[in-house]
Amino acid sequence: MYKARINVTLRQSILDPQGKAAHHALSQLGFDHVDEVRIGKHIELSIDAESEDSAAEVARQACEKLLANPVMEDYSVDIEPIEE
Amino acid sequence: MQFGIIEFPGSNCDHDAYYVAKHVFDQQTSFIWHKDHSIGDVDVVIIPGGFSYGDALRSGAIARFSPIMKDVIRFANNGGLVLGICNGFQILCESGLLPGALMKNALLRFVCKNIFVRPENRTSPFTRTLDSDSVLQIPIAHGEGNYIAADDVLCRLEDENRIAFRYCNDEGEATSESNPNGSARNIAGILNEAGNVLGMMPHPERCAEEILGRSDGAMIFESILVSTGVPV
Repeated sequence: MYKARINVTLRQSILDPQGKAAHHALSQLGFDHVDEVRIGKHIELSIDAESEDSAAEVARQACEKLLANPVMEDYSVDIEPIEE
Repeated sequence: MQFGIIEFPGSNCDHDAYYVAKHVFDQQTSFIWHKDHSIGDVDVVIIPGGFSYGDALRSGAIARFSPIMKDVIRFANNGGLVLGICNGFQILCESGLLPGALMKNALLRFVCKNIFVRPENRTSPFTRTLDSDSVLQIPIAHGEGNYIAADDVLCRLEDENRIAFRYCNDEGEATSESNPNGSARNIAGILNEAGNVLGMMPHPERCAEEILGRSDGAMIFESILVSTGVPV
């Protein structure tokens, strides 16, 4: 078994209004060194696969087909084995 | 003329759309459950507003894979008329029948109010009888109606006359103040390449009778009927 940790974020070229609002609040709280905030989704999949590579492939296909919308989102996938 | 209204778990404008087609325009109308595999013998499919699957993941993302959508896509690709309103527009974008996507409103708030739109296209079955000099007042009610698409897609939509409606002020000017959600180029509704699929954020089914204060939405239903040869 493998755990896929997926991050889905708005594409860099797209203004992230949630991130902007959070950045504004952080600035007011004195976090002057925070330059930018981007907010996205974190998704975890438990995948029954033979290898890390095939688990990664399943996760990527899940992102392409459903979990991310390529019109507005990018995604990244991290795979690690689950101890049984 | 037979209208079919698709119902997903979480649709909440299905009965309004049904009411307008059935009782305001006296057309045969039926509900179609999302788990069905066939839309049956209908002439127009309406994908109504609401919050299909509670907007889980992204609005429209799960509904797009409901069993009925395969047949809706087949119907649309064969030239059948498909009107997606609000959540229906989001589902059409997710399904690939329309380009682009609808993001969270630029000001992050759910917006529920009457707005003005200007019809831009006068050739599609949905907009043929509309006067492009006139301005329609139609309500919106959404949190994710901020239309985006790649620049080349936006240019194509403009060049191919596929922007059905633009948000505007009461004078018909598409200003940034009259854009309620940050949509690119004030886009409120777009057509597919063949013009038989329309997605729009405003709710014409909520203003199709004078008793509701305004009947501008009825014009879109009228246009559908006129262009399919039904006397109105």
